[in-house]
Amino acid sequence: MAGGSQRVFKARIKSTQSLKKMFRAQELIAASRIGKARARTAAAAPYAQAITRAVSAVATHTDIDHPLTREVPGAKRAAVLVVSSDRGMAGSYPASIVREAERLTQQLAAEGKEVLLYVTGRRAISYYTFRGRETVRTWTYGSERPTAEVAEEIGQALLEKFLAPEDEGGVSELHVVSTQFVNMVTQRPHVVRMLPLEVVEGVVEADENEVLPLYDFEPSPEAVLDALLPRYVDQRIYAALLDAAASELAARQRAMHTATDNAEDLIRTYTRLANQARQADITQEISEIVSGADALAS
Amino acid sequence: MAELSVDLVSLDRKVWSGAATQVSAPSADGQIGILANHTPLLAVLRPGTIKVETASGPAVEAQVTGGFMSVDNNLVTLVVDEISLV
Repeated sequence: MAGGSQRVFKARIKSTQSLKKMFRAQELIAASRIGKARARTAAAAPYAQAITRAVSAVATHTDIDHPLTREVPGAKRAAVLVVSSDRGMAGSYPASIVREAERLTQQLAAEGKEVLLYVTGRRAISYYTFRGRETVRTWTYGSERPTAEVAEEIGQALLEKFLAPEDEGGVSELHVVSTQFVNMVTQRPHVVRMLPLEVVEGVVEADENEVLPLYDFEPSPEAVLDALLPRYVDQRIYAALLDAAASELAARQRAMHTATDNAEDLIRTYTRLANQARQADITQEISEIVSGADALAS
Repeated sequence: MAELSVDLVSLDRKVWSGAATQVSAPSADGQIGILANHTPLLAVLRPGTIKVETASGPAVEAQVTGGFMSVDNNLVTLVVDEISLV
């Protein structure tokens, strides 16, 4: 009897301590990777800038009519790309992405559109497989460290689907659900409609006094657009993946920090309880000895 | 003489950037040479070799698998898919 509850508390303290160590290690790992993720985002910025400038140049100088920018009236089918993480331990990060995706899916279904799911990251994949929901294609690539190749692969698969006619299983819209890295404490799940493209950002308005330069296109404006727009889509997807990776790591760091704090709280509580149990055991032993001695003396 | 300011970028990084006197790139119709004060241009690139004659120092040469090039106001931006510097 004596020492029974003490042992239980000791064991709990020990296991909580080893958990705390793991949380702490995860927190530090996440913290060190955020820097790298941010650096990759920064490294991708020149490309983003160059391609956006080129697309807006074409948009300003020609009347663009390209399959990728053409609105399809009465669209019947839409693709949704869900960018989630491969691992949990990131607080509400995977859950909020899935929730946002579900909201979008319902909204599209209400508009009478069939939704095709494209999913990246094991968390979201297992969410859909567990519920027996069909996904068209899934990717797991190490969501903390997306590469340009993966972005191109995803872009290619989605563009193929988009360019196929609807009655042959193609889609008329592409939405991307990912997480926006606002800062270290705020990451917001958000939805963008990526296709048909709306080239609005950075279109240069013709100034009255300024004559816009006349662009030469090699070999032709159409061919240039053909080459530009798929790359533009790839770039946007890559940017979304990078942003999601930074968000995932920030969420993980925060979640693991909280877990470490909670483990410390638990250890403190258990230490108090163990002390109490020890004191109770001692008191009981003394009273047993005293009453035993009393019984012998009388 | 006016100089070109050249940016050579791929999807995940900036490969090279600096001042140059001449840029030669494989456009759809054949190798195209860009000198300072070239008219604004947007060109699709085929697989081939990009050669940048730098203002100082040796020329930069690279193999690319495709991409596009924009020239505007002496600012040359080469956006390439896959690149290996020679």
